[in-house]
Amino acid sequence: MEPLIRTEKLEKVYKNDGVETTALHGVTFGIRRGEFVAIMGPSGSGKSTLMQILGCLDRPTSGEYFFEDKELHTYTDDELARIRNEKIGFVFQAFNLLPRISVIENVELPLVYRGVPPKERRERARRMIYLVGLGDREDYRASRLSGGQKQRAAIARALITTPEIIFADEPTGNLDSMSGGMVLELFQNLNEKGNTIVIVTHESYVAKAGKRVLHIVDGEIDKDEEVEERRVISREGFSK
Amino acid sequence: MRTLDSFRTALNGVTVHKMRSILTVLGIVIGITSIMTIMSVGQSAERLIVGELERFGPTNIFVLPGRQPTGPADSAGTLLNDSLKEDDYEDLQRKSNVPNAVRVIPYALGAVSVSYESGTYSATLIGSTEHIEKNFDLKTARGKFFDSFDVSEKNRVVLIGDKVREDLFGDSDPIGEKIKIKNNRFTVIGVLGPEGQGSFIDFNKTIVVPYTSAQGDVLGIRYFQRLVVEADSIGNIPNVVGDIKATLRENHNIDDPEKDDFFVQTQEDVANRLKTVTGILTVLLSSVAAISLVVGGVGIMNIMLVSVTERTREIGLRKSLGATNKNILFQFIFEALILTGAGGALGVVSGIALSAALAYIARVFAELNFPFVFSVDGLVIGLAVSFSIGLAFGIFPARKASKKSPVEALRYE
Repeated sequence: MEPLIRTEKLEKVYKNDGVETTALHGVTFGIRRGEFVAIMGPSGSGKSTLMQILGCLDRPTSGEYFFEDKELHTYTDDELARIRNEKIGFVFQAFNLLPRISVIENVELPLVYRGVPPKERRERARRMIYLVGLGDREDYRASRLSGGQKQRAAIARALITTPEIIFADEPTGNLDSMSGGMVLELFQNLNEKGNTIVIVTHESYVAKAGKRVLHIVDGEIDKDEEVEERRVISREGFSK
Repeated sequence: MRTLDSFRTALNGVTVHKMRSILTVLGIVIGITSIMTIMSVGQSAERLIVGELERFGPTNIFVLPGRQPTGPADSAGTLLNDSLKEDDYEDLQRKSNVPNAVRVIPYALGAVSVSYESGTYSATLIGSTEHIEKNFDLKTARGKFFDSFDVSEKNRVVLIGDKVREDLFGDSDPIGEKIKIKNNRFTVIGVLGPEGQGSFIDFNKTIVVPYTSAQGDVLGIRYFQRLVVEADSIGNIPNVVGDIKATLRENHNIDDPEKDDFFVQTQEDVANRLKTVTGILTVLLSSVAAISLVVGGVGIMNIMLVSVTERTREIGLRKSLGATNKNILFQFIFEALILTGAGGALGVVSGIALSAALAYIARVFAELNFPFVFSVDGLVIGLAVSFSIGLAFGIFPARKASKKSPVEALRYE
């Protein structure tokens, strides 16, 4: 099967006060549709940088990035914004919900930038909120939700555009084990329904929720392996 | 992204911090209120002036003693100058001298103390002929006006203003009563109507007597402070002005017009001069108020810049969800426009309220016939200026927001 995303010798160099730091050293790999990949590595290994480039939030210094065979490294800012809106869903460690608006308003936000009429986006947002189990919280202000609820709302927001791929950067990092388990379980369920999911984590127990693990060390892929003993997460059974 | 959604997002951004938004637009509110009030009061003043002058008739030509005034001190001097005498008045009435003059009305003016029994009143005295009645469109509420016979016979008869009547006579009938004007007894033959006001004279506080009986014993003068020549048509005003000048120069033996000891003003001259003065004042004061608008605009820019910095993560998030640079740019420009637009609208409303209050105060306390004028110019300029300020001072912060890299914005702590 053709990969959904593919990179060729991706390199990212940060310049800070004249000092150059290389975060990625010629990373080449691919992810196929329907995969559940964990990008794993210690702090400072370049995994978040990789995810930001894959998620079109940042550009590589050199190398090539193909998304559905499109050369995204040549795209303009606005073209990348459209890709983010139509093809990609993000889940962040810090949830990144707008605290002063309601859950449903947060969830429908990507559709606002797609120009979907209010009635339609409200209906779709309501379905997503129900899917992540927050049906009774849609009118709550985002700031009133618990950490786990916030992350589920963020997942609903990531799913609302029916993206080709979901990138989750340390999605359980700010959650207790119970809430973290519920979030991982949600990802596994979504993956079983065909969604492509990429999780960035430094925790091996989180990585084992996926089917494949890319180990990143010092900006390079150290190991690319299938998960042999995949941890099937259930909200009761999740533990470190 | 739909424009309406852009607007809603911006509105949300503004209403989230209500107190901050209110304080931010205060400068704009004050600026627009000032401009609106100044323009409205300026137009009211102009209308008052024009109204007063119109009441005095467009064919009236004023002949004043002394040199053409160049400032307020000179204007006051015309009241004391004695260059317009009885001869001048008589000669101007001659058809051979000023063929297009319908009539000439002399005015001898002064401030006098009027008494009746134990009461006294400080009034403005106008000594004139019976033609003053038409010249000022005066109405008698009681009694009658004096006639040419009273003028030629120097009869000591007087018409009193309504306020004079009220103060000296209360509810009793003043007709036929004798009042003392500077120790000279005058018989009250009429009371002027309460509406009496025109050309900046409040006839309520005025007494009108034949000039022949006013000049000698009462005012102690033998000259006129004003001669009003009524032309037979507006078209003939220039001819009449020329004839007046020629007659008076001959009477006063003046060869060089530079040495004129009198000057002539038409209603149009007066109106134009006053309009120019109010116009200059309005522009001048509006310019001062405009400075406060610029200060208000800088205030908005500052707060917008703070807001952009504070909301860096929000900008990053919106971009990660698909917002383009243009979406973010419009969001923040709309926020600035909403702030300045709301400030402008508030300023317009409070400007209207303030100018209405000032007009009311002028009418009630200063007893001026000062109309409230809703300044359409002020409204248009006020709103246009506030939106322009929103745009001018909102663009920089908005551009700054739109240029943020999504990944750096998301990383911002």
